Amino acid sequence: MTAESQPSAAALDGQLLGRLDRRRPGLLVGSLASGALALVFIYCWGYQIANGIGVTGINRPVFWGFYIINFVFWIGISHAGTLISAILRVTKAEWRRPVTRSAEAITLFALAIGGLFPLIHLGRVAIFYYMIPYPNSRMLWPNFRSPLVWDIAAITTYIIGSALYLFLPLIPDAAVMRDRAAAGLRKRFYAVLALGWRGTAQQWHSLEWGIRILAVVIIPVAVSVHTIVSWDFAMTQTPGWKSTIFGPYFVVGAIFSGIAVLMIAMALLRRGLALERFLTDRVFNNLGLLFVTMSLVWGYFTFAEHLTVWYSGDLFEKNVHHVLLHGDFAVPFWTMVVVNLVIPVAVLSFARGRRPLPTALVGCGVLVGMWLERFLIVVPALSTPRLAYSIGDYMPSWVELGIMIGAVGVFACLYFTFTQLLPIVSVWEMREGWRHGGSDEAGGATSDAAATSGTAAAPVPGGGGA
Amino acid sequence: MTRWGMAIDLDRCTGCEACVVACAAENNIQTVGEEQAREGRAMHWLRIERYYEGEFPNVRTRFMPVLCQQCGAAPCEPVCPVYATYRNPEGLNAMVYSRCIGTRFCANNCPYTVRVFNWFDAEFPAPLDSQLNPDVSVRPGGVMEKCTFCVQRIQAGKDEAAQEERDVADGDIRTACQQSCPTKAITFGDLEDPDSEVSKWAESPRAFSLLGDLDTRPGVVYLSGSEWREPAE
Repeated sequence: MTAESQPSAAALDGQLLGRLDRRRPGLLVGSLASGALALVFIYCWGYQIANGIGVTGINRPVFWGFYIINFVFWIGISHAGTLISAILRVTKAEWRRPVTRSAEAITLFALAIGGLFPLIHLGRVAIFYYMIPYPNSRMLWPNFRSPLVWDIAAITTYIIGSALYLFLPLIPDAAVMRDRAAAGLRKRFYAVLALGWRGTAQQWHSLEWGIRILAVVIIPVAVSVHTIVSWDFAMTQTPGWKSTIFGPYFVVGAIFSGIAVLMIAMALLRRGLALERFLTDRVFNNLGLLFVTMSLVWGYFTFAEHLTVWYSGDLFEKNVHHVLLHGDFAVPFWTMVVVNLVIPVAVLSFARGRRPLPTALVGCGVLVGMWLERFLIVVPALSTPRLAYSIGDYMPSWVELGIMIGAVGVFACLYFTFTQLLPIVSVWEMREGWRHGGSDEAGGATSDAAATSGTAAAPVPGGGGA
Repeated sequence: MTRWGMAIDLDRCTGCEACVVACAAENNIQTVGEEQAREGRAMHWLRIERYYEGEFPNVRTRFMPVLCQQCGAAPCEPVCPVYATYRNPEGLNAMVYSRCIGTRFCANNCPYTVRVFNWFDAEFPAPLDSQLNPDVSVRPGGVMEKCTFCVQRIQAGKDEAAQEERDVADGDIRTACQQSCPTKAITFGDLEDPDSEVSKWAESPRAFSLLGDLDTRPGVVYLSGSEWREPAE
């Protein structure tokens, strides 16, 4: 693009970082509201620990309920970030630059919450560490044949990996924040985060290699995490769960819901922090295309799963299938199909539908739909056991609802705090985008075309002092 | 080796539920009350399933006592992350209550839905507390439990035989449900011993396994002379 559209580094810093210096009333209100919800979460969990897991609505035969549904849901959302930002980094998509940081933050916080749910779900949470292989005098090990133990390994790996993956690209920005801050607690905080970053060539080299390696490594980790979550179900012999398609189906669903939450977060950030210049329509258009692709893939998997079950004629499988498609769960099932497939395809197939507001609204629908999908995996299969005598029902209690809604508050609270403390758009990566020349206007109006044609080539930016 | 097993003659079962009561009394199973029972939290290690055939007034009821099948290839065992349920050398699916953290994965993977969960800490209001069986531990809240084949009686029988310096004889050990059955529909013993009563019952042409096509290799054998071999849908 032309030289005058290239802001100087100082102007860029001012635009992206300046807002961190000011108090924004909207964010403050948001932080307080989400903080209140977080208290609901803490109260409900405390109440459950004090009184016993029986304060939930789960029963025999529906031994798993909202907690497991929300566990899968949040782990799914965590795929917003690391996976998507890693794929975009590895494929060198220029329009990733304004997106990655917000996506990686979603990952870390969603994962932290998702990882809590299996603990909330335990009958005796005080001894959850029996699942961890630790040396003990009785020489007891966890049962490595259990998918739950695989879960612990996978989620721990993912949470460490995604924390590193968020943190590494944050170092140069933390250093900028450190240099801008007046002496005091704030400066000390950024100084710790910056790890003594001075911006030497050696440091840049190490950082870039670190990010490059992590971006490649985190992709199989992310895929494995949701595959293993699916194996909590698929490894059983329970009708409705025992399915070889569950691994890839869950990964696709996770990426799908991950993009949904990313679309919502980006639309909100764009409005709330006035980032129109960076989160351009182009970015929304590209993510929208990815979004509709995932919707179609998800629809295909859903169809394949249900067709094979129906065609098999297996008595017990068909019982579950029947309550899903025609029975007690038909309304949520068909709602799921509409919000996950019909609406996204109808809206996002058109360029006008891939603008911030419609994509965010479609994203909200998909979040509901993907939550319903997990509900429809967990509950109908359990409430329709093989021996008809035990057929059961499930209704969540206020404790389960409180924890579910409260978890959203905890997530929002963490996210608001993060955007208050650190730049939600990676400053140095944006700068790098400009330095690469010509191909980027605010993160990429023409990036892809330029990158492929190679020539595009408006000469190197004039903007001061970069 | 011993493989403890049980045979239940459905043609003798009248559905009187004496076994259900005996089981609860023997094994300190908590009574959860009306409200919890309505929520599907009644804690029976042994239940009588009822299935109806025909149209009113020509209705026939069939009864089937269903308890832990003590599977030889138990789906509940591999999914437990902490080895709280495992297969012991005598063919029992043993529960280690102190090890259980309450993931309830085992219960989800049980095709017979026979596992029950302590949703709250057990309460035995007086005078129920005076009739607790001292040989059986009372389970805390948040812990899974199920039929043990009256493992405390198995242990007592073995101890007695050891003191008298002899082997355990067939019929020495009787489970609570077996003992209380007025029609003698239940027998218990060593399936590895070809001369035991349970082995003979198991070889009957009327014998079948519940959900046999899953090949969980149950330690419980059912006997029925009718064409009705599987519970009706």
